[in-house]
Amino acid sequence: MSAAVHPLLRARRRKAALRNLAFLSPWIIGFSVFFAYPLVSTVYFSFMHYNGVNPPTWTGTKNWTYVFKDYPLFWPALRNTLWLVVVMVTLRVVFGLGVGLLITKIKTGAGFFRTAFYLPYLAPPVAATMAFVFLLNPGTGPVNHILGDIGIPTPGWFTDPHWSKPALTILAVWGIGDLMVIFMAALLDVPREQYEAAELDGAGAWARFRYVTLPNISPIVMFAVVTGVIQTMQYYTQPLVAGKVASGIIGNSGQQFEPGYPDKSTLTLPQLVYERGFQRFDYGSACVIALVLFVLAMAFTALLMRRRNGFLSAHED
Amino acid sequence: MTHATLTAPAAQAPEHPADIRARRTARRKARLNWIAVHALGLAAAAFFVLPFVFVFLTAVMTDNQALTRDLWPHTWQWSNFRTVWDAPGFLTWWRNTLIYAVAGTALTVVSSLPVAYALAKFRFRGRNLVMVLVISTMMLPPQVIIIPMYLFWTKQLGMDGTLWPLIIPMAFGDAFTIFLLRQFLLTIPKEYTEAARVDGCGELRTLVTVIVPMIRPAIAAVALFQFFYCWNDYFGPQIYASSNPAAWTLSYGLESFKGAHHTNWNLTMAATVLVMAPVIVVFFFAQKAFIEGVTLTGVKG
Repeated sequence: MSAAVHPLLRARRRKAALRNLAFLSPWIIGFSVFFAYPLVSTVYFSFMHYNGVNPPTWTGTKNWTYVFKDYPLFWPALRNTLWLVVVMVTLRVVFGLGVGLLITKIKTGAGFFRTAFYLPYLAPPVAATMAFVFLLNPGTGPVNHILGDIGIPTPGWFTDPHWSKPALTILAVWGIGDLMVIFMAALLDVPREQYEAAELDGAGAWARFRYVTLPNISPIVMFAVVTGVIQTMQYYTQPLVAGKVASGIIGNSGQQFEPGYPDKSTLTLPQLVYERGFQRFDYGSACVIALVLFVLAMAFTALLMRRRNGFLSAHED
Repeated sequence: MTHATLTAPAAQAPEHPADIRARRTARRKARLNWIAVHALGLAAAAFFVLPFVFVFLTAVMTDNQALTRDLWPHTWQWSNFRTVWDAPGFLTWWRNTLIYAVAGTALTVVSSLPVAYALAKFRFRGRNLVMVLVISTMMLPPQVIIIPMYLFWTKQLGMDGTLWPLIIPMAFGDAFTIFLLRQFLLTIPKEYTEAARVDGCGELRTLVTVIVPMIRPAIAAVALFQFFYCWNDYFGPQIYASSNPAAWTLSYGLESFKGAHHTNWNLTMAATVLVMAPVIVVFFFAQKAFIEGVTLTGVKG
């Protein structure tokens, strides 16, 4: 077989292979050193007892049973993540679609509205979270001031375990600009003829949305939901900063802050990696949580890639 | 065309009163619709903009007034911004953030571009596998690999208390940047690269002299994304820089600012404004590139 290949052709193929390798080399190095190696190493450490000082010792599945059975923060964090997936992701997609629809209908001052709706998405998470802890501050914050004036009960927001996740949800819905832009582009791509045909058939506004808009944009809705779920797995900065600032713990002063304030209600899995690894120096258990996070994130990524083959084959000529 | 000329005379015939009435109600409906849409728009705009307004109003209040429930400042104390600016550490955090964001962005774009080009334009075995791996790493929370990475940078290379562990990896491609650039490169017709090849251009020269000028908007978009990512990063500096205040960034330092001034919401909000401001200024200058980039993340494909 290989004898049939002309030597000139073989030389050219080898040159092409070298060229491919050269162009891909930054990624190959990056992937090996900053992804593959640490991933394998995480699996290794998950079976080790290691505190960073004494050399690691084999402990079998002890870290795993500790995390799943005895670690008091694990299940609350997983429950919170589930709550956030159900409520926060849903509300973000619904509001993102609503605002996207609204912006396609606005004729006067479209530029102003688009910028106004988009801007909060850009606010740095730490700054935005601190702003919201202030705005929703139960005592002197403007929101409770206004709610009190109209006679609506004033919740404790970030200081009340029942209201901390709703408060985070408001913050997340505020930063909806990315979804708005994605939905806006998708909505503008829906063929106009389909709306006209539906109108001729006597379809009202709701029927047009239900039977023309939604089927056309359903892949984008799916994309928004799955990436939303993946982002929720990664949810770290906002709940951690909100908990720290609301609890009054002096940030970064070395004072130990157990994440999740108030009463574990803002715990998420990434915060547990930090708590185990960088506050308790229990690297083994931190790696177990990291692997749980890995499996969850990969499961949803697989779903995303299966649902959207376009991810791989789009615009192939 | 022919259809239009055929119906044109009919339109000139005297209109039936019922038609006139129908047209009038249609116009009234359109006007009501306009009012409803814009009213809803204003309500939504209030939700999105008011938090900025309240933060700003509090930022210029006096210390005493910031402790009250008042919403409007009695006296506008602009010096709060000066106080924050001169606060210990603030300028250092500002400088560190700028170094991290500028170096990180430049390295990311330069190292990701050839990878994206190869994935979009070369045919080779395992190309789809590479794409699957790129997308997988893109979706991975940074916490998954942080323990070995932290041990590697601090115990083996002794880089604890610096931002280098965050900057150096950016010289080896970033999954999200590779993905976005590839999506954009796929839209460029093959003829351009082939014409360059016929002219005897090597692949690297084709990329730099032919392709890069064509995809400037996409490069601007990914550069902005990466700049904002670095500017906003909290977890990275928390892990690697926390032990050394001289290496803190704005996002990380801001929180300690709240700690040091924990009763002065006005100063904390002034600091918040100063952290948000550059991002917003950059956005206003590059709005178009940015929106195009966001669209590319979700729609293409």
